[in-house]
Amino acid sequence: MAAEIIKVGMAELKVARHPAILTTLGLGSCIGIALYDRKTKNIGLVHIMLPSSAIATAHANRAKFADTGIHDLVEEMKGIGSDVKNIVAKIAGGAQMFSFASQNDSMKIGQRNIEATKAVLAELNIPIIAEDTGGNYGRTIELSSEDGVLKVKTLGFGIKYL
Amino acid sequence: MADAISELNSFHLDVLREIGNIGAGNAATALAKLLDKRIVMKVPQIRIMKFSEVSEVLGGAETPVVGILLRIHGDIGGSMMFILDNPSSRLLVNILMGKPLETDLSFDEMTCSVLTEIGNILAGSYLSALSDMTGLKIVPDVPALAMDMAGAILSVPAIEFGKNSDTVLYIENVFMDGKDSVIGDLFLIPDDLSYGKLLKTLGVV
Repeated sequence: MAAEIIKVGMAELKVARHPAILTTLGLGSCIGIALYDRKTKNIGLVHIMLPSSAIATAHANRAKFADTGIHDLVEEMKGIGSDVKNIVAKIAGGAQMFSFASQNDSMKIGQRNIEATKAVLAELNIPIIAEDTGGNYGRTIELSSEDGVLKVKTLGFGIKYL
Repeated sequence: MADAISELNSFHLDVLREIGNIGAGNAATALAKLLDKRIVMKVPQIRIMKFSEVSEVLGGAETPVVGILLRIHGDIGGSMMFILDNPSSRLLVNILMGKPLETDLSFDEMTCSVLTEIGNILAGSYLSALSDMTGLKIVPDVPALAMDMAGAILSVPAIEFGKNSDTVLYIENVFMDGKDSVIGDLFLIPDDLSYGKLLKTLGVV
């Protein structure tokens, strides 16, 4: 049976039972956090845009932030029968798409997203077993429930399997 | 602060569309002079989108595009972004460099600097329209250019909007030169305080 491919948009999160593929297209400074349950083969993916729900003024969409987005994703994984101790993470994105001569903080959002993502996962005791982050290029990612492999596609920098 | 964009009413949107119209008219005139061609412009489309819809514009999240980003400062702060799809970039570069129109786009240094200059001129004429209408001083910085997947490029303005809103305000301009058309997408992203200032100056709040 071919696995269903489920799209996760910007500031969205989704979970799925095996067999399934979760994908998010064109990650720039945003981060895709891919969770894999080694026991049940449940998978989860969130496409976050900003590091912390504390810095922003509009809080309607929790999947937009690393802190609330990852917490909610883990809760949804639990909801379909996952135990946190079986979950591992792979992360991709956090690029800096534009470089300016004078860098200000808001342009370094990719780096801040990476740091926040790592901090939140550490707090939840979820190990990051692979990552493809930083740089100045976009990424499309695909997470397979079969083996938890994360496929990372780029324009001009090839394809990687994490 | 509440969600700045979702609070905009139809009157606000009319004002923003009018800015878009005048700005794009200026930009079309500048483009016509630059290319020495007659340029016709369509009325800009103004849309308010959810983040999950953003990457569907310009033919999908993985479509290669060129993005030109400028920071603005002066009486209002924020940034402005122009996005051109690859056929539009190719057309503009080939016309400006006097090459046959079907020449493939190669992203060498010369092409990048031509595209950056186009972005500079279009953004500059757009901003001067805004400045004239509002009496606000708006100064653009030197633009930065990137070529990549539409989703990745669009994440930059989306993140800026994301700080204050769950939606994105988006203006699409279509510039036409006979049968060949150039489609440009424009995002004006005033920072937190500048939004209110901008609307206030225009007498809409």
